[in-house]
Amino acid sequence: MNISEIRELINKAIPQAVIGEDEKSSPKALIIEPGFLKDVCKLLFSNEKTYFDMLSCITGIDNGVEINTMEVAYNLYSIPFDVHLMLKVELPREQPQIDSVTEIWKTADWQEREAYDLLGIDFIGHPDLRRILLPADWEGHPLKKDYKHQKYYRGIKVEY
Amino acid sequence: MSNKIQYQYEPDNLIKSEPNKFKEADLKSEEFVINLGPQHPSTHGVLRLEVLTEGETIKDVVPHLGYLHRCFEKHAESLPYNQIIPYVDRMDYLAAMNSEHAYAMGVERMLGIEDKIPKRVEFIRVLVAELNRIASHFVAVGTYAMDIGAFTPFFWMIRDREHILRMLEWVCGARMLYNYIWVGGLFYDLPVGFEERCRELVAYLSPKIDELESLVINNKIFVERTANVGVLPLDLAINYGVTGPMLRGSGLKYDLRKVDSYSVYPELDFNIPVGEGKMGQVGDCWDRTDVRVREIRESLKIISQCLDQLMGDHKRTREFDPQALVPKKIRPAKQDLYVRAENPKGELGYFFRADGRSDIPFRCKARSCCFVNLSVISEISKGAMMADLIAIFGSIDIVLGEVDR
Repeated sequence: MNISEIRELINKAIPQAVIGEDEKSSPKALIIEPGFLKDVCKLLFSNEKTYFDMLSCITGIDNGVEINTMEVAYNLYSIPFDVHLMLKVELPREQPQIDSVTEIWKTADWQEREAYDLLGIDFIGHPDLRRILLPADWEGHPLKKDYKHQKYYRGIKVEY
Repeated sequence: MSNKIQYQYEPDNLIKSEPNKFKEADLKSEEFVINLGPQHPSTHGVLRLEVLTEGETIKDVVPHLGYLHRCFEKHAESLPYNQIIPYVDRMDYLAAMNSEHAYAMGVERMLGIEDKIPKRVEFIRVLVAELNRIASHFVAVGTYAMDIGAFTPFFWMIRDREHILRMLEWVCGARMLYNYIWVGGLFYDLPVGFEERCRELVAYLSPKIDELESLVINNKIFVERTANVGVLPLDLAINYGVTGPMLRGSGLKYDLRKVDSYSVYPELDFNIPVGEGKMGQVGDCWDRTDVRVREIRESLKIISQCLDQLMGDHKRTREFDPQALVPKKIRPAKQDLYVRAENPKGELGYFFRADGRSDIPFRCKARSCCFVNLSVISEISKGAMMADLIAIFGSIDIVLGEVDR
């Protein structure tokens, strides 16, 4: 199945979900309306023509203060059909919120926690959204482009 | 230097920075929380496991990570593409060549020079990556045997790994963190005489694998200890994104070297070992270890074929320059790219976002196979005995450098 067929398939089931396509990215990407992401994922996971059974990677991206958006990229892979797909959602930078896909792929659990930890993206419906790599009492989310680290952590100077 | 004490010690600092998930007040009458690590020899680094038990039975395991977090992704946002390679080495420090190979491949794909890389360079890349894969599996099996009580295999494995490390040191000057595979080429050609010595090494290693099999894999104590323990069903493995020997141990013939057929792997002849449940159920700890050992044999096969090519059709010549295609300035066009490759421990992926204006990646995320594989531990150790936890944990084969990045 190629990307236009996948797009058609989604359009038929959830008409407003796909808002764009990124030809340049590899694998080719569909840009999804954030509110429909979970439904789209459910469809792609369970439809027997696509069957995206593997969620390889969740990447959170901060586009910076000027563009004022954040993005989450989902890299899906279908083992039986050997098809790659990237899904991208764009979120407002002040309050980045997106539905969690943990119910569909359990691997999303830790990967979403990582995106929350490093970028502060809130995954709604995640069963256990805690920091994973940084200490629980760390301040701020380091991969934000305007991140400024705290001066001291337990009396240790953070700047080296 | 001032004499001021920097760290302000308070008795509950540890628990404040990494609080337990299970609070004492919420436990039921028979339940008990046991803390394992962060400094525990069988966690292979610094990892804390919070284990909820009821008697001898495990009810839940909560890993606490991040003790070795070195901000790879943050560093990568301020370094040019070629200068990130040393940082990539330090993620999975037991298989640095493989990580470099995946990284270089990704950047080359973004630049569009992936098909132009000379064949000799590709064969050398595969050769060193497979050598490193064997070294990594040696550590995996050796330490795993030590975790569950056998001490000899560890020494034997480290002895044989030492030969590989010496070879790789000869190639690039470093034992573990190589910075050898560059974007567009290699740091240097193989040293003169390497191919012949490598042939001797392959001849030396082959009987050692037989020894390893009879010493560990078919050892009755080892089988009793690992068969039917920590069974990971295939559907659960895929749902958790588990890859590498763990997924193959669960019975799926899935190896990215074949599936994606990147680099020169399609020209090489090798098999993909999968778990068959010979000693117990498919996907138990024994299957995973057996897959690793059989993979070492396949890697030896690949190495001999690479050596044939490197001494035959793609012989060293005076004119050959492995740095000929190394770009002076790496500035990919604006794009997002996800690249993946088969590391000894699973699928290592990199997500790049290039903005087209600078030679520094806008975002570079590493999809770590150890991180994802480790997330399945709570699922497969539920209901197991406390004494089996180390057996299950060791069979996942993680490197904390890559879990925490």
